[in-house]
Amino acid sequence: MATEIVTTSTMTHPAHRVEPDYLHCSSGISSWVFTLDHKRIGIMYLVGVMGAFALGGFFALLLRTELLTPKETIMSAQWYNQMFTLHGAIMTFLFIIPSIPGSLGNFMLPIMLGTKDVAFPQMNLASFYLWVGGAIFFVLALLTGGLDTGWTFYTPYSTTTSTSVIAATFGAFILGFSSIFTGLNFIVTVHTMRAPGMTWFKMPLFVWALYATAVIQVLATPVLGITLLMLIAERALGLGIFDPKMGGDPVLFQHFFWFYSHPAVYIMILPAMGVISELISTYSRRHIFGYRFIAFSSVGLALLGFLVWGHHMFVSSQSAVTSVIFSALTFSVAIPSAVKVFNWLATLYRGSISLATPMCYALSFMFLFTIGGLTGLFLGTLVVDVPLHDTYFVVAHFHYVMMGGTLIAFLGGLFHWWPKMVGKMYNEFWGQISSLVVFIGFNLTFFPQFILGTRGMPRRYYNYVPEFQSLHVMSTIGAYVLGVGLMIALLTLLYSLFRGKKAPENPWGSATLEWQTTSPPPLYNFNYDPVGRDPYAMEEFVYDAQLDGYKHDPKLGMAH
Amino acid sequence: MNAINLILAEDGPLVPKWVNWGMFPESNSTFGPAVDGAFNFIMWVSIFFFVLIVALMLYFMVIYRRRSNNDKLLRAPTHNTPLEIFWTVVPSFLLVIMFARGFAGYVDMRTLPENAYEIKVVAKKWNWAFEYPNGYSDPDLHVPVGKPVKLTMRSDDVIHSLFIPTMRIKMDVVPGRYTYAWFEALKAGQQHLFCTEYCGRGHSDMICKCIVHPGQSDENGDKEVYLHMGFDEWLTYASDITNRREAKDENGNYDPVKAGLYLYTAKGCAGCHLLNDQKIANGGPPWLLLSKAMKEGGNIALSDGSEVKADENYIRESILNPNAKKRGGYGNMPSYQGQIKDVEIDAMIALIKSLANNEK
Repeated sequence: MATEIVTTSTMTHPAHRVEPDYLHCSSGISSWVFTLDHKRIGIMYLVGVMGAFALGGFFALLLRTELLTPKETIMSAQWYNQMFTLHGAIMTFLFIIPSIPGSLGNFMLPIMLGTKDVAFPQMNLASFYLWVGGAIFFVLALLTGGLDTGWTFYTPYSTTTSTSVIAATFGAFILGFSSIFTGLNFIVTVHTMRAPGMTWFKMPLFVWALYATAVIQVLATPVLGITLLMLIAERALGLGIFDPKMGGDPVLFQHFFWFYSHPAVYIMILPAMGVISELISTYSRRHIFGYRFIAFSSVGLALLGFLVWGHHMFVSSQSAVTSVIFSALTFSVAIPSAVKVFNWLATLYRGSISLATPMCYALSFMFLFTIGGLTGLFLGTLVVDVPLHDTYFVVAHFHYVMMGGTLIAFLGGLFHWWPKMVGKMYNEFWGQISSLVVFIGFNLTFFPQFILGTRGMPRRYYNYVPEFQSLHVMSTIGAYVLGVGLMIALLTLLYSLFRGKKAPENPWGSATLEWQTTSPPPLYNFNYDPVGRDPYAMEEFVYDAQLDGYKHDPKLGMAH
Repeated sequence: MNAINLILAEDGPLVPKWVNWGMFPESNSTFGPAVDGAFNFIMWVSIFFFVLIVALMLYFMVIYRRRSNNDKLLRAPTHNTPLEIFWTVVPSFLLVIMFARGFAGYVDMRTLPENAYEIKVVAKKWNWAFEYPNGYSDPDLHVPVGKPVKLTMRSDDVIHSLFIPTMRIKMDVVPGRYTYAWFEALKAGQQHLFCTEYCGRGHSDMICKCIVHPGQSDENGDKEVYLHMGFDEWLTYASDITNRREAKDENGNYDPVKAGLYLYTAKGCAGCHLLNDQKIANGGPPWLLLSKAMKEGGNIALSDGSEVKADENYIRESILNPNAKKRGGYGNMPSYQGQIKDVEIDAMIALIKSLANNEK
């Protein structure tokens, strides 16, 4: 084995040691299932969340197919309701929330900080197995009566339906712990494990984003856990908490639920924004513009995200005064998001912009996230939200943010870090094609839904009035195109595992630490003792055709 | 506020009246200008920023495209605090305008006028009932034109939400409390009324009509939905089931079976009961079997193991107090106590009895 491990590095690191990479340092099933290596846990998370995404995506295609015609196309109303519930629940709890932190975050955060592992490796592994446990409960719910409450579990529907609500909510409860463990680990790692010289403002922005995310995970998720336990208590023991028949208050559930689930939106999008900061600067070969504004806007979003949950409830019968206050607070969230977009834009200015696959995804992100963000303004404005609430406008809005934002950034990050994670280069042409097809398919799927929603099409509808059909057909065709694009992306990556060229140490000319070690990295991440320095000093890297990658030359550094 | 509204009102100089973006259905309520005006304002702001961002992005992509892997890197700033403060602060002013417009219109929507005509709304899985001051209940919402209408809403089971796109109103209907909405229609006509809070299998069948009646009877109005009648005329007419054309045979005589068939859909029975011998999952017993049992003088087995004779009294009790004689294997039915008249119960019984007779 060891003969394969020849580093391509020509860097002049002190005390160069040659060690086997993390994929080859040990073998056998048990070396994976009991691993404490954050990189292997990241890979297992990656496989897990991609599986969940495939399942959720398959349900999405079935839903879109059903919506080709009003009334029954391929399934009954009962099945449709189960499908959209599971699509939402799987995508939210099993895919988006753990996606970037669990896979890319787990893999990259310690390396970016120049350390060997996260602070609590056992807890990291436990977090993954809790994810698996939660997933099992979801599958259990699917097999024992299904679930038809919507991923929001609104009472009293969820306490009175005959489907497997307890199994599913218990699954979500367990997944909450998985999320808390990851968050706690990241917070402690960032505080205590940074390499010498790695000051807070030398941390890559992806780490800042993960740190802000971790704060939300630790503070908000327990509220969801308690809420779901109360739901289970009401269903199983007949305690009257939410059901008015037993003296409860159904709107209270919505407050509890959104107190977690709105901050959770930032658990989903902040890591994506972090990825984009890395991609835009790397592929423009340009120092990120306004590092501190971007870093602080991540923390700002994490904090403000806790104050706006009531904007999901403008027509829920919460008091008018409450709605007005939440609307005002909601607009405050728009600012940090806009700041990030402007900073990314300014980073492109006078750059050397490569349209490599990850950059294609990053630019897609900017296009789609801008639409997602701007349409949020409509929903934050009280009087406009009233006719748009719970229509396809909302569906389109959050898909532009969650899918056009988080998923696209996840794909961009995956292509970006793939050579580092597996040590192989993918086919650039097919990577670019995938981003193009995904971009077209995505817009074709979700843009018509803005129009549908404004014209009055309610969400979670199995049947609909005939005038909406043409837009539904357009959306469904888009979904198939999107499916094809995602399939191309997956095949491109899988193909590279078998036929890909060996990846150089730093194929993109990135200045962050994970590119200053072998691809893939050794078990303890570095063959030398890394020190923290400016993560965006791209000008210190020079392309070397022999390496087919970049090498470090500190003499090239420009004074800022 | 007034100055801002003057400039940015729907017909203000910044937002030409022709701009509707082809998106909202045409407004038919007094809320139209507030909602559509705010919508159009945000749309202009969004288009401005979207075009700015995407155009700059494309421009930079082209002129700063990478020509070789070792492009000479241009000097460029890593930050510019005044610029960053500028683009943090200036958009905030636009957000304040959006908030203020949204706030003003919303307060209007939530402030119930005192002279409004009150209609009670009862939502249940999966139909609407609109109760008028005289006690009549209709499956569609009928309102007079040009008069504020106040909806006092309650739910019999789970959360529903009443949404009329053309009226720009939506409000959740929550069990255990009353919620309110109001609107004033501008012209006669019919529009969709949707349920927008997910409520189970029949959620997307909780669609009915909001019918705005003209001030006076109008021969040209659509007779199908009684638009030829003024509101008061319609209410008098519709309050008596024996009047309705759906309840009459070819000769114009009242036919209880036809009346029952009308009520079967109007009262929402069709959501759970089929007229043949097929069961709906989690629904109620199919009526053909009940009809046969009545014809043969048979009994119905109940969930507690006892039996009850299948007769008129059993049907009546099952409508008014469904859980008194509950059968195993079916979902729970809400009570129709106070929502159905004796003559209507008679019509239901006539319909059920007729089913077995029609079987060949």
